[in-house]
Amino acid sequence: MITVPQLFFAYFAVAMTVLSLLVITAKNPVNSVLWMLALFFHIAGLYLFLNAEFLAAVQLILYAGAILVLFLFVIMMLNVKDEIIGKRFIKGWPVGIALVMSILAVIYFPISRLIQGPAGQYTIEAIRAETNSKVLGRVLYTDYLFPFEVASLILLIAIVGAMVLAKRRA
Amino acid sequence: MVPLNWYIILSAIIFLIGVAGFLTRRNVFIMLMSIELMLNAVNISLVAFSHYLQDMRGQIFVIFIITVAAAEAAIGLAIIVSLFRNKQKMHADEIAEMRG
Amino acid sequence: MINYILIPVLPLAAFVINIIFGKFFFKEKSHWIAILAVFGSFVLSVITFAEVAAGKTINYDAFSWIVSGSFNVSFGLLIDQLTAIMLIVVTSVSLLVHVYSVGYMHGDKGYYRFFSYLSLFTFSMLMLVTANNLLQLYFGWEAVGLCSYFLIGFWYEKKSAADAGKKAFIVNRFGDFGFGLGVIMIFLFIGAINYTDIFANISTLQGKTITMLGHDFDLITVIALLLFCGAVGKSAQIPLHVWLPDAMEGPTPVSALIHAATMVTAGVFMVARFNPVFSLSEVAMNTVAITGAVTSLFAATIALVQNDIKRIIAYSTVSQLGYMFLACGVGAYGAGVFHLFTHAYFKALLFLGAGSVMHAMGGELDIQKMGGLRKYMPVTFWTFLIASLSIAGVPGLAGFFSKDEILWLAYNGGAVGKTVWLMGTLVAGLTAFYSFRIIYLAFFGKFRGTHEQEHHLHESPTSMTLPLVVLAIGALAAGWIGIPALLGGNNWVGHFFEPVLGHPHVHGTHAEEWMVVGISIAVAFTGILISTIFYLWKPQIPVLIGEKFKGVYTTLWNKYYVDEFYDRIIVQPAFWIAKNVLVGITDAKIIEGIVNGVPKLIGSFGEKLRKLQTGYVQHYALSMAIGLFVILTLVLIAGTR
Repeated sequence: MITVPQLFFAYFAVAMTVLSLLVITAKNPVNSVLWMLALFFHIAGLYLFLNAEFLAAVQLILYAGAILVLFLFVIMMLNVKDEIIGKRFIKGWPVGIALVMSILAVIYFPISRLIQGPAGQYTIEAIRAETNSKVLGRVLYTDYLFPFEVASLILLIAIVGAMVLAKRRA
Repeated sequence: MVPLNWYIILSAIIFLIGVAGFLTRRNVFIMLMSIELMLNAVNISLVAFSHYLQDMRGQIFVIFIITVAAAEAAIGLAIIVSLFRNKQKMHADEIAEMRG
Repeated sequence: MINYILIPVLPLAAFVINIIFGKFFFKEKSHWIAILAVFGSFVLSVITFAEVAAGKTINYDAFSWIVSGSFNVSFGLLIDQLTAIMLIVVTSVSLLVHVYSVGYMHGDKGYYRFFSYLSLFTFSMLMLVTANNLLQLYFGWEAVGLCSYFLIGFWYEKKSAADAGKKAFIVNRFGDFGFGLGVIMIFLFIGAINYTDIFANISTLQGKTITMLGHDFDLITVIALLLFCGAVGKSAQIPLHVWLPDAMEGPTPVSALIHAATMVTAGVFMVARFNPVFSLSEVAMNTVAITGAVTSLFAATIALVQNDIKRIIAYSTVSQLGYMFLACGVGAYGAGVFHLFTHAYFKALLFLGAGSVMHAMGGELDIQKMGGLRKYMPVTFWTFLIASLSIAGVPGLAGFFSKDEILWLAYNGGAVGKTVWLMGTLVAGLTAFYSFRIIYLAFFGKFRGTHEQEHHLHESPTSMTLPLVVLAIGALAAGWIGIPALLGGNNWVGHFFEPVLGHPHVHGTHAEEWMVVGISIAVAFTGILISTIFYLWKPQIPVLIGEKFKGVYTTLWNKYYVDEFYDRIIVQPAFWIAKNVLVGITDAKIIEGIVNGVPKLIGSFGEKLRKLQTGYVQHYALSMAIGLFVILTLVLIAGTR
């Protein structure tokens, strides 16, 4: 019996697969970025499906809103025109596709026989009692405070690095 | 109910599409975006686990992954910019100076 | 105690001083240090001999040398009757040779080196005879071999001298290999290598056998024969006799000291020292006796036709050494050592006399080119005559008493004894013959050399004639310590050796003893008579005989072709193996192959690995993906089974 959630999931799955294929096969990089944007929207929808509202919002704001915009900035700044004329794939592309197919075959078997591990304490009802953001915040700032600080350091490095690398030589 | 392994297989498929894109495209931008694709696939898998195992740690991990992905995208683009400035080339199979 | 240690140490000190300072400080005066040292050793040896004759024996461990598990070796001295006699022989002959060398080696550019080597040799020989364990004996044994190499090849720029030195050392090594095996076997089966322990425990090995190549051999026989190998090499018995005639390339004093009186007698000394071991094995004793007798006959026949004066005396030495081994082989160790004692004096005298003749003739060695020298060199002539009479066994002189003792005791030695007695008697005749051949050809008749040589003929300086005279006294009187009871004496030396060397059984009657003595005297005089006929009265006879028996003559003249035989069988194959196998294959191909091949292998491996670095990022990513695939397969698929 196919339930409604399963139908929803089926739609998401098909759409995401098609969109990601379009991302990697587009000729114009700008087109590729736009397909990616659509993909991110679907991913955000999937997160909502999985009761991760905060993450859905973060995904849209951060990934779609910041990173993709950055991509577009750089693509347009670098003004690649002859891109449309050149070849898309490298010379040995069948090798890559074959390898990917074999990895898929290898992964499929174990995953279809997946056994779930022990459940934690944050049931859906418990999360719904307080909001997802609150629970996430509580766990993040108590148990995972140190990685949080380190993440901020990583962002600092990224800022400094990007400036150093892209600086125009005087 | 949607079984857990469906989510995982979906994540695997998107990840492998990202790998395929990285291994086969010439344009460096598309290669970078394949990397982002891979990271997102992993995110899906983590959030699915978090939901089904009723543990918040999956979502915490996703936050960190998104952070790192942002940092790495920034640096990657900076590298492409400086590459373009020095070589005027945009294709991965034309840049082979470090061959031994 | 210090006196005894000083006996070998004084010459060692002289060696060290001379070899370090001789070239620059002493030069022409280096002989003083050496002579003083040896004289000191001689005096101490005489004092020691007197003490031993009064009954004292010294067996003293000075300090512990090697302590390794159950292998304990001390540096020690054993001075008993046998050692005491050897000390007298070594130091007295060494002293006289030192004095002689002052005149003989005058003006030689290696003067200081000669005396330092002589001192080193004296030290080594003294170490050999005073050792109280096998390791020290072996040390002395090898050291005298080394000094022999130095001294034979003293004039090293001359190729034949250098070759002779090498030959001596290498042939000795063959014998020393067997000797070393014997020492090892003694240690394995008895557990100690000092004489006291060996002689106390050797009888426990009687009857034991050792299995080699599937056959059982009596253990003591094997040990004794292995030890005898060393004696064969060192004392130039068949088959390792080939080095001694070639060793005549060295200066004549060296021949007198090393190849007459001391080093070559080390083999006899060793067999005598180990008489408890040899006495327990009849096979070994017979081997020793027969080897001695055969060598004696072999060398005497070769000496009959040689023309080089030193070579004749060298073969004579080999022959007389055969006599000594003959004696040891029939159990008459005391007689053998007694002959060693007398032989030292008359043989050294013969060599030094030959050196005197060579000195006068400007280095000429061929007796066919000499003649009538007794007019020009009377002292040399008379001393040489005394020595020849002694070696021929003329009654009253030293050689008569010692040789006679050996022949009488050999006669008493059973079937083997009688056989070797016959051979020994024949050799006595031959010895008399060729000894007088030298006398007649060199000192009588007309001078057959060049006019140049005739002008320079003169008697040698006092430094050379004085030792000749002293040695002549020895050649005359040395035998008087062993006058047998038959002739009215008390055989002092036989009784002197009894505690250490035992006394063989004497079955024969007085009548038989007179018969043996009579036969020896008759044979000696026959030899002298025939020699006189051939070389003094009718010199054309030997020439006719030589022509009639040309084959025999040529074989004897070529020393039975033994050297050529060894060359073909051993030396040439060794060279061939060295050149083609060892250099051609192992060195050029295998070692070079490895030494060059390993870097080449690494290089080619590296070359191939280099191709992996293509420079394309996607190729690197591809290898990562392949690795991922492999790991996933291994973990997810293979791991679950």
